Amino acid sequence: MVFGPLPSQRSLYLSAQEADVPVRKTSRLKKAQMQAIVHNLAAPVLSLTILLIWQFGVGAFGLSEFVLPTPWQIIHRIAVDPQLLLANAGVTLAEVLAGFSLAAVSGVATALAIFYSTLFERAVYPILVALQTIPKIALAPLLVLYLGYGFAPKCFLALLLAYFPVVMSTVVGLQALDKAMVNLARSMGAAEWQIFLKIRLPAALPNLFSGLKVAISLAVIGAVIGEYVAASAGLGYMQLQASSQFDTTLSFAAMVLIALIGVVLFLAIEAVERKVVFKREAAK
Amino acid sequence: MTIQASTVNRAADSPKIHGVNVVFDGLSKTYETREGGEVLALGRTDLTISPGEFVAIVGPSGCGKSTLLSLTAGLAGVTAGRITIDGEEVRRPHPTMGVVFQTDLLLYWRTITDNIMLPVEIKGWDKRKYLPRVTQLLEQVGLAGFGGKYPNELSGGMRQRVAICRALVQEPRLLLMDEPFGALDALTREQMIADLQDMWMSLRNTVLFITHSIEEAVFLADRVLVMSPRPGKIDLDLKIDIARPRSWKSLGDQKFINYMGEIRAIFESRGILSKASA
Repeated sequence: MVFGPLPSQRSLYLSAQEADVPVRKTSRLKKAQMQAIVHNLAAPVLSLTILLIWQFGVGAFGLSEFVLPTPWQIIHRIAVDPQLLLANAGVTLAEVLAGFSLAAVSGVATALAIFYSTLFERAVYPILVALQTIPKIALAPLLVLYLGYGFAPKCFLALLLAYFPVVMSTVVGLQALDKAMVNLARSMGAAEWQIFLKIRLPAALPNLFSGLKVAISLAVIGAVIGEYVAASAGLGYMQLQASSQFDTTLSFAAMVLIALIGVVLFLAIEAVERKVVFKREAAK
Repeated sequence: MTIQASTVNRAADSPKIHGVNVVFDGLSKTYETREGGEVLALGRTDLTISPGEFVAIVGPSGCGKSTLLSLTAGLAGVTAGRITIDGEEVRRPHPTMGVVFQTDLLLYWRTITDNIMLPVEIKGWDKRKYLPRVTQLLEQVGLAGFGGKYPNELSGGMRQRVAICRALVQEPRLLLMDEPFGALDALTREQMIADLQDMWMSLRNTVLFITHSIEEAVFLADRVLVMSPRPGKIDLDLKIDIARPRSWKSLGDQKFINYMGEIRAIFESRGILSKASA
């Protein structure tokens, strides 16, 4: 995904070249195409290599499955017993989604209040920054005390971790706007709500989305930590159970699913971002 | 791209296109500094601009010319006195006004056409009605066919031309320009100055054009106001009596040279230009 924008940039670059040097078109095309293929394959090839080293290294060093299962054993475990893993993944996913959604909504709302009200900014901003220095994971045991063993403390921990990056990035995005741009809209007779919808919001969207992408990864961490402390379901709970029974393979399998949740949600946000955010660089 | 000659139906949308009358009456503006002091940005100014007049204000930076513009635009409040446009006191941006700033201020996520449509959108007018007008404007500034492109696909000069189109889309009766060509290279600038003259000659609106270039001011304006700083005030009100359309070739004419010399003399007497540089 990280290499996503590369091929399109390459082809744009190429079309400029074509216009200038038509004679050498074919050889340049081939060279650029080859380069694009190599760039796109770099990450998958490296990943596969690491997995292969892992797979055969475990056997070569004679490590037991209790210590380090092979990738194949992990995949096998997921395939053999999908119900249990998926049911727990569903629980974790629900916690992550609920916490993240709350963080997104309340984070953007806080950012708007900070942006539009100087009093609110003066009163709340320093407190928010101070709170940010508290390791929120340390709150997990307390949350269990206050909110019980169920869904609530996990969701709340996910919210707590995901909230701050949304606030920060949205505030920065809103404040970065050139004041002359606002004057331009005002000279056209725009009301503040029009300036917000047509200029402030679209201009802040790239920042907002980078905040959301950080937030989703943190929401996953929050939910899983919550499950580590006290839970009766979820992938974090499952990992804990598996470790206590020396079922290292199951623990790895749960970890793979946690990572998968994070990656899938990240990609989902990126897909939405591509739909709504016009990348400044895209047309260059 | 198809060429559509028709413009927006003028009779329906706005009455006869002509400039407004602008009167500055005992106007002054002070700013508060961060230390709590006050700075007089614009000293007492009395001025009448006739409908359809092209007025250029020339002066060094900090002379209050941009202040005068933002007060006229209704973007800042006056400290004393008042500005009236067609007899109505300015309290908010005038509805048939276009402003061109120093930078193009195009929205990078909008196409060229959608950027030009911004004032139409904000005023809640029918965009379809203005499409032929946008096409016509783009053609006039040599950007026919660029409507679907994005700002970062255009050069600086092209982008500023789009900004001018955006200010002209509603055929404003008052056009305010704040050093619009300051950031452009010399050749692009010459072309755009000539283009602006053409546009003004067909539209005949009132233009307040701010610049630090004496040449630009004399070439374009019916009347050049020379301002000096601290506090900003109008030092010279000079009628430019040269037939239009003016061309760059006539820049060597004696009349041109005399007008420019007169303006330079003011700056020299104020110590803004040294005798050697003139």
